[in-house]
Amino acid sequence: MTINRGTDLEAQIAEWRAHLHRRRVLDRTDAEELEDHLRSKIAELTEAGLHDDEAFLVALMRMGSLDELSREFSREHSERLWKQLTVTAGDDGSASVRSRTDLGVMIGCAVAAAVAIKVPALFGLDLEDDAFFYGRNLSLFALPPLAAYFAWRRRTPLSVVGLLALLFTLGAVAANAYPLAADDDTALLTALHLPIALWLVVGVAYMGGDWRSDRKRMDFIRFTGEWFIYLNLLAFGGGVLIGLTAGAFEAIGLNTQTLITQWLLPCGATAAVVVAAWLVEAKQSVIENMAPVLTRVFTPLFVATLLAFLGAAIWTNSWIDIKREPLIIFDFLLVVVLGLLLYTISARDPAARPGIFDRLQLTLVVSALLIDILVLLAITSRITEWGFSANKSAALGENLILLTNLAWSVWLILGLIRGSMPFARLERWQTNYIVVYAVWAWTVVFAFPPLFGFA
Amino acid sequence: MHITKDLVAASATPLVLGILAQEESYGYAILKQVSELSGGQLEWSEGLLYPLLHRLERLGDVESYWRSADGVRRRKYYRITKQGRAELAEQRRQWAAVVDALYGIWSATSAARTIPAPAWEG
Repeated sequence: MTINRGTDLEAQIAEWRAHLHRRRVLDRTDAEELEDHLRSKIAELTEAGLHDDEAFLVALMRMGSLDELSREFSREHSERLWKQLTVTAGDDGSASVRSRTDLGVMIGCAVAAAVAIKVPALFGLDLEDDAFFYGRNLSLFALPPLAAYFAWRRRTPLSVVGLLALLFTLGAVAANAYPLAADDDTALLTALHLPIALWLVVGVAYMGGDWRSDRKRMDFIRFTGEWFIYLNLLAFGGGVLIGLTAGAFEAIGLNTQTLITQWLLPCGATAAVVVAAWLVEAKQSVIENMAPVLTRVFTPLFVATLLAFLGAAIWTNSWIDIKREPLIIFDFLLVVVLGLLLYTISARDPAARPGIFDRLQLTLVVSALLIDILVLLAITSRITEWGFSANKSAALGENLILLTNLAWSVWLILGLIRGSMPFARLERWQTNYIVVYAVWAWTVVFAFPPLFGFA
Repeated sequence: MHITKDLVAASATPLVLGILAQEESYGYAILKQVSELSGGQLEWSEGLLYPLLHRLERLGDVESYWRSADGVRRRKYYRITKQGRAELAEQRRQWAAVVDALYGIWSATSAARTIPAPAWEG
């Protein structure tokens, strides 16, 4: 076959090929096959006496539109429209070497996390008998390997690695240096707040030390949502695995309870923390983020529930009856509302005009605020009556922190809807506020036990 | 004359298998051969031919390999498999039954009316 290879023709074909490559349903070999087809047609036309340019145009016209072609291809190759997460396979060598090393480092960190939780057993600390020890320190087993993974992945400078090590050491000191007993309130508070404090330390590693950048902070918020979802998926799979293991071995008369509670469960759980993070990293640009999708689904449902609750509470006038637990429950409510707000923000197009969903968001936050203010009023009377305890102070502090965040968010969303404030202000408010969470979590861990006399 | 879409689609598989049963070939040549065989009546689009070839490959009726076409670029060739030949034989039986039936009814009515009888000997 003889084609007059004018550079013009080659350039035109290259441009057409670029168009082909942009179609997801056509893969590389399809594009090559179709290009061969086009070239054959051009060759035939030029042999019949047409000029290169004319031959190209006629051949292109006879081939029909790319839309039509892709539609026909998608009938046979529908699987290509589903984005698949290929972890190690890659055509271009350099990228796949990188991802294979990445896989290796991830497995190393996951194994380190799984081993870490078994180290105390060497010193005679049993998972069940010393549950208090493990409860306080749980985040200290899983999160340092995760931070190490990110430190490697982001090629974090040594000074930041030193800072991370220092912060984790501080966490270990806070969890173990104070003379706390298992039934102390402040011990429980430490167990609850240390993971939050250390998770934000992981955030520093995630951001590669660049924690002042609000873009990076938003990325960390996105990462946290996706990580949480993936961790839950892994937990679900792990549950199935454990159930099957227990059942299958029991069927042949072997008891696997020790294996499961002493090894499978603790090692699997700590390793899953790293694996989930790696999955989020690997899928980042491949698969749609799930957290914003869930947010979209649940925001209207939560709005309906909160409004119904407000209505019912006013109707029955039952505010006086509030007992001890509500403060915690309403802390959770505020956390959920904040989460819904945060993950909507994380996926919102900054340039988009305010729409119906922003109004829905406003309703959600305002109704949550109203409920919370009513609860706070009721709780204040209890506190003035009984005085402050560690638990009540922590719950109240958290409530005030979340309340402040949401109240100011209402103001910013209002501004957004009225068109007087850019969306970026709401975004920056949330990313700046992370510092408040960090300060609070570390305060509870460090200052609360001495403040409340290690009780 | 315009051949309807359904008929084109139904006859595509036996045509491709029949052409590949003669000798291995590639997309553009198959398209040309179909056009020639039908005297220009069957003009397949690329959107019909290539997905069909890929489907037949997936089903195992044909297999493909790449060969250098002119020393510079490579070209994807297709050849029929044993399973493809069996499929072709089956398709032939089905088409023969359909053609026989049509021919039967048309030769019975063509005596009464003057419909130009098509040539079926292909």
